[in-house]
Amino acid sequence: MLGTLGRYFNLFFITLFILVGLSFVLAFFFPGDPVFNLTGMSLEELPTSAYTKALADERWFVAFWYYVQSLLDGSWGISTITGLDLFAEISTLLPATIELTAYATIVALLVGIPLGFWCGLKHHRKTDYAFMSISMLMSSFPIFWLSLLLILVVSLQLGWLPMSGRLSLLYDIPHYSGFILLDIYVSDHPYRQEALMDALRHMILPTLSVAFLATAVFLRTTRRAVVDVLEQDYIAAAQTRGIPFWKIFLRHIMRNALLAVLPLLAVQVSTLVTNVMIVETITEWPGIGDWLIQAIYERDYSAIRIGMLVVSTVVVFVTLLIECLSKLFDPTQEQFS
Amino acid sequence: MRNLRFAFILSVIAMFGCTEPKTATSIQSGIIYCSESSPSSFNPQLDTSSTTVDASAHQLYDRLLEIDPATGKPIPGLASSWRVSRDGLTYSFQLRPNITFHTTDYFVPTRTLNVDDVIFSFKRWTDPNHPYHSVNGGRYPYFDSLNLRENIIQIAEVNHLRFTIRLKQPDASFITHLATDFSVILSAEYADTLLQLGEPERIDHFPVGTGPYKLAYYRKNQYIRYTPHPLYWNERAHDGPLIFDITPQSSLRLAKLMTGECDSIAYPSQAEITYVEGRDDIALEQATGLNVGFWAFNTSKAPFDNALVREALASAIDKTTIIDAVYFDSATRSRSLIPPTSWAFSVDTPETEYNPVRARELLAQAGYRNGFSMTLWALPVVRSYNPDALRMAELIRGYLAEVGIAVEIVTSEWDSFRAGLDRGEHDSVLIGWSADNGDPDNFYRPLLSCDGIQSGTNRAMFCNAQYDTIIQQALLTTNIEQRKALYFQANLLIAEQIPLIPIAHANRYKVFRNHLRGVVINPYGGMRFGEMYKAASEGAQ
Repeated sequence: MLGTLGRYFNLFFITLFILVGLSFVLAFFFPGDPVFNLTGMSLEELPTSAYTKALADERWFVAFWYYVQSLLDGSWGISTITGLDLFAEISTLLPATIELTAYATIVALLVGIPLGFWCGLKHHRKTDYAFMSISMLMSSFPIFWLSLLLILVVSLQLGWLPMSGRLSLLYDIPHYSGFILLDIYVSDHPYRQEALMDALRHMILPTLSVAFLATAVFLRTTRRAVVDVLEQDYIAAAQTRGIPFWKIFLRHIMRNALLAVLPLLAVQVSTLVTNVMIVETITEWPGIGDWLIQAIYERDYSAIRIGMLVVSTVVVFVTLLIECLSKLFDPTQEQFS
Repeated sequence: MRNLRFAFILSVIAMFGCTEPKTATSIQSGIIYCSESSPSSFNPQLDTSSTTVDASAHQLYDRLLEIDPATGKPIPGLASSWRVSRDGLTYSFQLRPNITFHTTDYFVPTRTLNVDDVIFSFKRWTDPNHPYHSVNGGRYPYFDSLNLRENIIQIAEVNHLRFTIRLKQPDASFITHLATDFSVILSAEYADTLLQLGEPERIDHFPVGTGPYKLAYYRKNQYIRYTPHPLYWNERAHDGPLIFDITPQSSLRLAKLMTGECDSIAYPSQAEITYVEGRDDIALEQATGLNVGFWAFNTSKAPFDNALVREALASAIDKTTIIDAVYFDSATRSRSLIPPTSWAFSVDTPETEYNPVRARELLAQAGYRNGFSMTLWALPVVRSYNPDALRMAELIRGYLAEVGIAVEIVTSEWDSFRAGLDRGEHDSVLIGWSADNGDPDNFYRPLLSCDGIQSGTNRAMFCNAQYDTIIQQALLTTNIEQRKALYFQANLLIAEQIPLIPIAHANRYKVFRNHLRGVVINPYGGMRFGEMYKAASEGAQ
């Protein structure tokens, strides 16, 4: 187990190092002055330090070393357009993105996996075919279109739910963790209850948009895994021994199917994050996706650089974490790696 | 176990039991306005763009006088009364007592409004040696374009609530300038504090005023939050917060209005008006605007310094088609700078007619038989005077191609667009002007006088001594007929020189949720949220 942990730890750090290196090199590929792209300021505006000295002398390897240090210190530079501190910006934006991703994942898991089990157990029957067709349709939906469609119908036509943001701006909830539900919960705002309901109402559309595709993928993945397990000899053996089916299901099918599902989820992480970023842009969810696309639109290179680094770090971290967990839970995989 | 379950159910009921909407609570009486862009600062002295004016002038500040939207006449503001001397040179004002400035996170005032604040607010732009004059750019576009500074000799304190302003020569429009959006009164005490701290530039970004709201939080490109000023001297229609939700996309603003996420929106586009017309939850009001959309030539650059070329360009385009395609039915064709509603308007002003054959002849006369290529800068934002400059630019490109002129359309982000115009990089530009007061001088002077070049309102870079003399004379008299005759002369000069082609005067629209009351289309300037409130029946969403 320690070996596995160690291996993933190494893998994470090596990947991270490459990503940091890439983000440093990007500053040279972007148009304009690399120093400006790295810090958001020109050399004259920067306070003198060993880092700025290395940049001024164009000793790039030394500069890279200080760049890594500055990333660790949390001095990520400023945005070239708004002049705001990037670390502070991202620490308010990232929780919003994580929040939306988490809600969507929870919804997708709660719906997709039980349905997947059900379809798997009833495979090659009518319900199975029905769900398979539906999920096929769901997973081939372009997410930006789905999101717009939901807004059009639910918000504009029916007027049931708000279409943008994550809380009505009337509620002035102080920033504490960046996770809106938690922030509302810990705040002593006189309209806490209303704010909470309002936040939940804002959450529904973006969560559904993201969860839509993920649910279909989870459903199909789980169904496949269940069908595979059902074909195993030990299931047939257990059945011949007269063990009741619910016992077989709990002991063998569920555990083995879930173990097979877990590594497949890791593959989905990057798709999920991409979808969240698209939905953020459409629904003005104040997360890093909306912000990053705005930065790309305004050619805010110093923001693009750090935004891409942060997003890819999160994706790599979560992917490796899930893979690592699935290895730890399922020792049989150890042999293959 | 049963008890536990019972307790759980009780707690669930307790959680949801009190979520019934409270009616007309102060937070729900707050107003959300979907604005179009981020303001450049919170001081309208520094910027004539309506984005900055809407976000600051009537929300954060007050003026000495206001303009009555119904009559166009000045009415008391911070000054409770005023008197003009017989020779028209000395104005004396009496300030209201006990007017408080905002108490904010960054400043706590210790005294109420007095003459020092007024003197500071004026000295900032009139006195080039004032410590605040060059803070945050040192340009005061409205005052500079009118050259008001030259005409003010002295501002003198009589006692702490009474002061006089002495002018060099009579100015019939002086009193209306004091009531415009730009003549706001800042806090001198706050300015002194900032100067001591060595951070004078904060004055325009962390504002302190006497207006109905104070600034609570501003996040660029996201939103502005204002909270009510509890000690506001005048009446404020509601005591909820005011939010500017910055939404640059026009269609998105409309969508937010339809879902009720905004109570009112900025600049609905023409095509969008039709969507809201039939809805009973959205109200629409329109009025003829004091504005003009025009096509200005950079007369400081060849070949546009040649009046023949400008006339050729004017004859090459068909204004009627352009107006139909861009404004639909919501604008009046312009003959001159001022709209037909102004008293100085004259129907006899000559207009260049659409005649491509003549345009080619004129070009040949000017020595451009084979045409030339030019840039056409198209305003990147929606303004009432030009709801779709890009489309207009494309149409003009088509017309000019027919007379052998190649047009490159230039557009960029609003701030850098205006910076480029200030540097005179354009050959020609599609832009416009919304007047700040009802006086015709507010059109003629900023748009085409020599002083307007420096202050960045004269986009034609036009400087003509004769023109300047005419509009100067028009201010020296209060006789309406005389002034009208002088402005007619100015019209003739513009028609002959064609530094710009006036295109249309657009109607002004306001669309808002119909529970919003107190919305007045004020032809003389920006939005006033202090006068609006939500009807109680729909107070909760």
